[in-house]
Amino acid sequence: MTTRIVELRQGILKKNDELARGLRGRYEAAGVLVLNLVSSPGTGKTAFLERTLRDLRELGAKVAALVGDLETDNDARRLAASGAPVRQINTHGICHLEAEMVAKHLDGWELADLDYLFIENVGNLVCPSSYDLGERIRVALLSVTEGEDKPLKYPTLFNSADAAILTKMDIAEPCGFDRATALKNMNEIRPGIRIFETSAKTGAGMTEWLAYLAQEKSRRP
Amino acid sequence: MKEVRLRIGALASVVEDSLQFCYGIATDGTPLEGSKLLVKIVPVVMHCEHCAQDIEIASVQSFRCPRCDEPVSDLRQGRELEIESIEIDEVEEKV
Repeated sequence: MTTRIVELRQGILKKNDELARGLRGRYEAAGVLVLNLVSSPGTGKTAFLERTLRDLRELGAKVAALVGDLETDNDARRLAASGAPVRQINTHGICHLEAEMVAKHLDGWELADLDYLFIENVGNLVCPSSYDLGERIRVALLSVTEGEDKPLKYPTLFNSADAAILTKMDIAEPCGFDRATALKNMNEIRPGIRIFETSAKTGAGMTEWLAYLAQEKSRRP
Repeated sequence: MKEVRLRIGALASVVEDSLQFCYGIATDGTPLEGSKLLVKIVPVVMHCEHCAQDIEIASVQSFRCPRCDEPVSDLRQGRELEIESIEIDEVEEKV
């Protein structure tokens, strides 16, 4: 009997990475800007997205959304009220979205007819950071009720984000939210990240956010 | 199968103790049963524009160059999740 070492150098998430690469190519060919929204449960991803879809549609943009949850289609129904095409992905226990789930749920959608596609991930600040969905922009959301040190607690996710959204800014004061510390912590984990301070309720910060989207849309990758 | 070697980045969200704990259970009754899992943790390496070189950061709590203290955002290493190699016993075939 002989012992042999076999060099593999194979990524454990190779399959997901390959699928994501394929999706990225499809998105780019279709000219649709795809964003992956990630946060803890309760940060307000759905409320922020409802507002974004509504505002973009008012500006005449063609938008669609995929939304991930373990169970229920509650979020899809909320988002569909904007008039945009929306599909729910139920993961039945899986704590993140994977490229394969996204690919399956895009069936029948003409991506070339869209300007923006938003993917609302499952509420979780750990696992979604490892799964590429082929998005161009990963958006990390943080609400004023969560604590300013969240980026320090979850550096893996915040370090992989391209943009950050502070949500529920309308209740920042009663929550005793320390804005300067939150911004500092975000920059410590992801230096130079674009941060938008928003409220889905009052519409604060939406003008800047929509301008950013338009700018990214016009910038070819 | 005698040994499986992994390379895990410090930013890969993998806890080695948990992985080792599960490995025995998950491999029970498979060709991997009884094999050893070796985990090599790969540190986070960032490119510092100011120093014009790749540099290992001391903590994932602060993405700053340990030499010049400038913020660094260009990640070069640290998200790996890779099977580096496997070690197997081969029964030589009789000719």
